[in-house]
Amino acid sequence: MGRYVIRRLLQMIPVFIGSTFLIFFMVYALGDPVAALFGDKAPDPATAARIRKDLYLDQPLWKQYVHYMGQIFQGDFGTAFNGQSVTDLMATAFPVTLRLTIVAVVIEVVVGITLGVVSGLRRGKSVDTSLLVLTLIVISVPTFVTGYLLQYLFGVKWGWVRPTVSPDAPFNELILPGIVLALVSLAYVTRLSRTSIAENVKADYVRTAVAKGLPRRRVVTRHLLRNSLIPVVTFIGTDIGALMGGAIVTERIFNIHGVGYQLYQGILRNNSPTVVGFVTILVIVFLLANLLVDLLYAVLDPRIRYA
Amino acid sequence: MRGATHAKWAACAAAVALAATACGGGSDSGGGGDAGIVSSSWGDPQNPLEPANTNEVQGGKVLDMLFRGLKRYDPKTGEAVNMLADKIDTTDSQHFTITLKDGWKFSNDEPVTAQSFVDAWNYAADVRNKQNNAPFFADIVGYADLHPASGEPKAKTMSGLVVKDPKTFTVALKAKFSTWPETLGYQAFSPLPKSFFTDHAGWLNKPVGNGPYTVDSYTKGTGMKLRKWDGYPGPDKAQNGGVDLKVYTDNNTAYTDLISGNLDLVDDVPAQQLKNVKNDLGDRYINQPALIIQTLTFPLYDANWGKAGMEKVRQGISRAINRDEITRQIFRETRTPAKDWTSPALGDKGGFKDVCGDLCTYDPAAAKKMIQDAGGVPGGKITLTSNVDTGSHREWMDAVCNSINNALGEGPVCTVNPVGTFADFRNQQSAYKLTGPFRSGWQADYPLIQNFLEPLYYTGASSNYGKFSNPEFDKLIDEANQESDSAKAIGKFQDAEKILAEQMPSIPLWYQNGSAGHSERISDVTLNQFSVPVYNEIKVS
Amino acid sequence: MPERDEPAYDPLQPGEGEAIAPTGQGGPMDLALDEAESLEKVLGDEPTGPAEKARSLWSDAWHQLRRNPVFIVSSLLILFLVLIAIWPQLIASGDPLHCDLSKSQQGSAPGHPFGYDTQGCDVYTRTVYGARASITVGVCATLGAALLGSALGGLAGFFGHWGDALLSRIADIFFGIPVVLGGLVFLSVVTSTTVWPVVGFIVLLGWPQLARIARGSVITAKQNDYVQAARALGAGNTRLLLRHVAPNAVAPVIVVATIALGTYIALEATLSFLGVGLRPPTVSWGIDISNAASQIRNAPHMLLYPAGALSLTVLAFIMLGDAVRDALDPKLR
Repeated sequence: MGRYVIRRLLQMIPVFIGSTFLIFFMVYALGDPVAALFGDKAPDPATAARIRKDLYLDQPLWKQYVHYMGQIFQGDFGTAFNGQSVTDLMATAFPVTLRLTIVAVVIEVVVGITLGVVSGLRRGKSVDTSLLVLTLIVISVPTFVTGYLLQYLFGVKWGWVRPTVSPDAPFNELILPGIVLALVSLAYVTRLSRTSIAENVKADYVRTAVAKGLPRRRVVTRHLLRNSLIPVVTFIGTDIGALMGGAIVTERIFNIHGVGYQLYQGILRNNSPTVVGFVTILVIVFLLANLLVDLLYAVLDPRIRYA
Repeated sequence: MRGATHAKWAACAAAVALAATACGGGSDSGGGGDAGIVSSSWGDPQNPLEPANTNEVQGGKVLDMLFRGLKRYDPKTGEAVNMLADKIDTTDSQHFTITLKDGWKFSNDEPVTAQSFVDAWNYAADVRNKQNNAPFFADIVGYADLHPASGEPKAKTMSGLVVKDPKTFTVALKAKFSTWPETLGYQAFSPLPKSFFTDHAGWLNKPVGNGPYTVDSYTKGTGMKLRKWDGYPGPDKAQNGGVDLKVYTDNNTAYTDLISGNLDLVDDVPAQQLKNVKNDLGDRYINQPALIIQTLTFPLYDANWGKAGMEKVRQGISRAINRDEITRQIFRETRTPAKDWTSPALGDKGGFKDVCGDLCTYDPAAAKKMIQDAGGVPGGKITLTSNVDTGSHREWMDAVCNSINNALGEGPVCTVNPVGTFADFRNQQSAYKLTGPFRSGWQADYPLIQNFLEPLYYTGASSNYGKFSNPEFDKLIDEANQESDSAKAIGKFQDAEKILAEQMPSIPLWYQNGSAGHSERISDVTLNQFSVPVYNEIKVS
Repeated sequence: MPERDEPAYDPLQPGEGEAIAPTGQGGPMDLALDEAESLEKVLGDEPTGPAEKARSLWSDAWHQLRRNPVFIVSSLLILFLVLIAIWPQLIASGDPLHCDLSKSQQGSAPGHPFGYDTQGCDVYTRTVYGARASITVGVCATLGAALLGSALGGLAGFFGHWGDALLSRIADIFFGIPVVLGGLVFLSVVTSTTVWPVVGFIVLLGWPQLARIARGSVITAKQNDYVQAARALGAGNTRLLLRHVAPNAVAPVIVVATIALGTYIALEATLSFLGVGLRPPTVSWGIDISNAASQIRNAPHMLLYPAGALSLTVLAFIMLGDAVRDALDPKLR
């Protein structure tokens, strides 16, 4: 087990190098960022050339990359165009987004699995059908609309919550955005756990447990659920990155200055230090999340072993 | 205001959590901020907040509160009136002597002297400082030494700037430029205190200027608190206790905060809310012309569009665009159909005039005939290009194409070519790669007709992306610049504009308005010609 | 909507269900017997006639499917959608590109039951014509991502070791690519007006998720007794994977894929919003939904119809997926 974890952690090194290069290359492929710095006016050639030189943009790609990596190993992730250092941006954006992601994942896990279990056990009944309809609505209505609608109802019309999140983004203000962010994934989690439950409900060990006369609650939580969770856990593992980096719409609606926003700005402005820095951290989050998921497999299903 | 009370509670809670400050007081003022403080929406400035490096509205907002220059454009009339300048004398429209008024100082008590200006201008022009607005100093003698086209600068100062005494300095221009003093209201010409040069990073974290406000705190990416400077020596003292600028990543969210009582002022009402704005805000909605025009520029460097005789096709396309309908349905009257290549915010005195006439009036039948008579559009296709990452560019491009297609009745002749990022669009545009009409927006730097014409249509001018070139136009611009009588100069500029109507190098689409909404607790809200709120005049009840 | 035509019962209530305790008494003995029986079945059947058995697994499933009303309803629905996608003229006579700005955002009118969008185009006609691009994108991208993802993920999960590590880490890198960045880089160079670049791009970004799902369920499924038993009896890897593991691991893949179908159609909208998705004059639900989203307060009908059509499509495929999954699960027979 310990060796397995160490091996997985070592694998992060090539992934780190691979992903930084890939993202660096992609931002490079987006084109020259300097022209856009001047708004509607034409860039002054001498100033533009100077900026390019200072940002190493006049060098070939590989030199830019080597220079950038050299800086990273000194702990310098470069600067965004508004003059803020990328490390600063990350230090403010990641904690906020992390909190938002935690809220969303908790909602996904609690609500999604509960609904999934209910609907799996009541397969074909009206609860199941209504949850299917809800799933369809969630999938086909864009996040923008649900976010805006919930914000309007809860924040403006009924005044239950603050419609926007304050800069330090405490957990209680992130509940509504967390719900909005979790909605689409909630559909996946509900359907996945429903199917697993419906499948496992007829498995032998459930029959055994029921036959032993165990209480229904215990059968569901200890036997049925535990064995049905692997696909759900896998999905949530893959979803964490999407929640952290892809929350652009939700972050915009609730004015959260998080990872999604900074990443989007970095991309629109072709700012490779911002994009590479943020994506690198996201990839590391991914690696850790997936490692955790793989370890959870062994917890959920003791037959699975890692050497 | 239920929302407001709640917001206050939340704000207090946040404040307690943050700094453990007591959140006492039951002042029932409502709205977003503390007593006497205006809370206003803001966007992250795109460049560090140096006066000569700021060329967009968000940074401009702050500079307008922090700095006063030699001149200031009257927010109502747009006229350049003396602020720090006592007088600007010239005999030949080329050599100017500038005398400063007494009593001006920066908020750190350092007096504003002639040197404050000269140092700031030299800093702005120096290529090593990479200031976006450096070209504004290109008219001054010695600019090329400080800002060579390539290589290292040969000097540290411009020889055209000479300090005579603490109150006086002289400026030598390379050529006659009669309206040059009128350009001095632009923020790039602001004076800078010594601390800007000695502790640059510290200054950027907490800028110090000579305007009616001082920076209380600045958290990059989140917001800035500005407070009234009680010792401000100028005539336009702040009428409120201060302004809290809050960064919003989406103007729609700012609008939501406004209508739920968490914010006092939104200076950019989102397009999709315009239909409800009367309902939500009533008379607390402001919609007034700004110095911004949107045009469709033709790639005249492309033989298909640039060859002789094509001006008829270009004019025909202009007539095929139903500006009234588009400004009404897509923009909900926050745009005004264009009648010339300038802006109504200039006023009739400033040179605004209906030069385009019939050519900017929708007439599908005439449009079709004009285009057919001139041989049709090149290759039977028109492709409109614009970036779509900001604004409602996608919507209006679709509407313009539909309008053209409906007028021609030949199927989808016009299609749109959306470009994902402004940077990409800009690169294609400045590499002259586009082969069809493309969007060009222009916000004037100062309220002068010259600024709408020369940088855009003069041969080889910096923002002449369509490569329009017309000797007669150039001649009229040169004459106008040398003309010392401003009415005569404007007449010349208007004559030059008539050539644009004949040649139609770009189709004027519409003038962009500033649109803003505010809460009930503030009054006297106006926008200046740059669609920036005039913060110092806002009163808090 | 009932999923199956079986009488609904609660399997967790002892005594009510017919399946739990065949002797009516229940107890470890019976269950052990039951288990042994099924094991014996597997063991006994394995060595004999592989070809015949292989046929019967899938033909059993097909037999099962044909009798399932859920399958029939969903197939008819999909058939209908496909017909509309191929011949939109069948039910819409207008021109989806003809727009009259003066009717911008107006509600329904005679001959225009769904009203008009912001540009004054007929929402009904656009919804019908949008089916082609949206269904092509949704179905092809889902098929591509599901096949590629489950093949790679399944192999990785089954064989483990360095192959798994390599594939999983590649997937991790792909996960990290932001959609916006990928879209702008890969799709902005494309000038094609067909749907294929968009499909290819969605497959490229979508496969890692399905690969991980497939990998996870293969890892679980290969632990099952019958797989171990078959392996002990000398079944080859191919046979194990295809005959024993795949049918038992496919359910989560189907679930995720059917929902992903909907999100892929919506993703196309995001790409169009960025200016790198489907290019005009292509009409799609995604484009219309993203145009309508910002107007929700002004003209909700603009969103309702294309989003409704998207729901209907996703519903059809979710039902189909459920039916197929049920048919492949012998426990439910």
